[in-house]
Amino acid sequence: MKVIIPTQLRSYTGAAEVQAEGRTLSDLVADLDRQFPGIRFRMVNEQEAIREHIRIFINQDTAAGLDQPLQPGDTIRIIGALSGG
Amino acid sequence: MDSSDSPVSLLVSTRKGAFFLSEQPGGNWATGGPFFLGAAVNHMLQDPRDPRTLLMAAHPGHLGPTIYRSTDCGVTWKEASRPPAFPKADGGETVRFTFWLTPGHASQPQVWWAGTSPPALFRSLDGGDTWESVRGFNEHPMRHTWIGYGEPYEIPGGNTLHSIQIDPRDPNHMYFGISASGVFETTDGGESWQPLNKGIISYFLPDPEAEFGHDPHCLRIHPLDPDLLLTQTHTGIYRMERRSACWEHIGQAMPAEVGDIGFPIVLHPRDPNTAWVFPMDGTDIWPRTSPGGKPAVYRTQDRGGSWTRQDSGFPREFGYFTVKRQAMTADQRDPLGLYLGTTSGQVWASRDEGETWQKLVDNLPEIYAVEAASLPR
Repeated sequence: MKVIIPTQLRSYTGAAEVQAEGRTLSDLVADLDRQFPGIRFRMVNEQEAIREHIRIFINQDTAAGLDQPLQPGDTIRIIGALSGG
Repeated sequence: MDSSDSPVSLLVSTRKGAFFLSEQPGGNWATGGPFFLGAAVNHMLQDPRDPRTLLMAAHPGHLGPTIYRSTDCGVTWKEASRPPAFPKADGGETVRFTFWLTPGHASQPQVWWAGTSPPALFRSLDGGDTWESVRGFNEHPMRHTWIGYGEPYEIPGGNTLHSIQIDPRDPNHMYFGISASGVFETTDGGESWQPLNKGIISYFLPDPEAEFGHDPHCLRIHPLDPDLLLTQTHTGIYRMERRSACWEHIGQAMPAEVGDIGFPIVLHPRDPNTAWVFPMDGTDIWPRTSPGGKPAVYRTQDRGGSWTRQDSGFPREFGYFTVKRQAMTADQRDPLGLYLGTTSGQVWASRDEGETWQKLVDNLPEIYAVEAASLPR
């Protein structure tokens, strides 16, 4: 499925959009890390939580956590959240 | 890290990236960078055991903290495969940022140590590529009590573990400081730790002479006399002759109108009697700027018995400098070169042991750290 990458993470992907797969968001992030080593830890902390200033959208909805299920054709959008000046 | 006659480079860490200042023939300085523009870089330094290697602790804005490593003098950088991180656990902690880096003992060429916020200690055994939690401290039953766990955001800049110092005679003998906790010591390579704060008076504590709860800003061990420790704390400048196991308040000899509050303390690498501090205003609401807007360093040449003002070249007025704990350093030259970076983005240098100062660069981002290096060409 399509994953839209924020500018902050394009040093890993080299592209604004990439393809990744997974039955859950956790699987998808793991697939991203296989393709682009190191990217996961920049989005997900060591306690398996999405980092404070990262938001991940599944289509139009904010993902509450990594256990969110995914469907074929979903669009995943990762953003560096607005978090003050 | 530089030999006495080779050109000096300064590794400048800022809130918005890293920069190099390189001494040029004729005494001019060239500015290089930025590296990782936009990332908060807390510390960057050269490996004295392998001078082509540099490590950098970075925290790029929205993203998680990491370590970058260069093995070609900073030309290219590679991210650590496994940056410092706590073990996964219910209610487990997360590293907010790595604050301090220290190369391991000379006999352990692949070892590095890192201090983080929240205060914790991490070690790399492979030159900085992968990092492990030092359980002897991070899982110590007293750690949460020592570090004031639960209040990580109440300290400006964060509650950090810093000033990791290794006894050059013994790799198992180390010290570090923790904001709002104090100085700690291990004699078994980090397996166990003890507070080492006797003699420090922290007037703000219910018990000003408590075993812990103090606020060391910067701790240094002397390379030629490793039983000599100096610390610049939130409440003054202290010295310990290790055998005494008690800190002595040597800042009492500072001029009363200046006080002895500050962040950095720099030791003369060849003279245990000599050290420098950069006093800041710790009165009222703690402006943490040069007292009276008149920047100066103060030098002792008698282990803190007396202090001499050195301000030639600095602004005579309206110089409200703040110099953070990692942002003042020395090279290895004779006479010794001193360097400091301000939160207003200036780097200043003295090539005559503090007698005169000149501004090397202006308008960098807020400076967090300045380290001297000698980069092979």
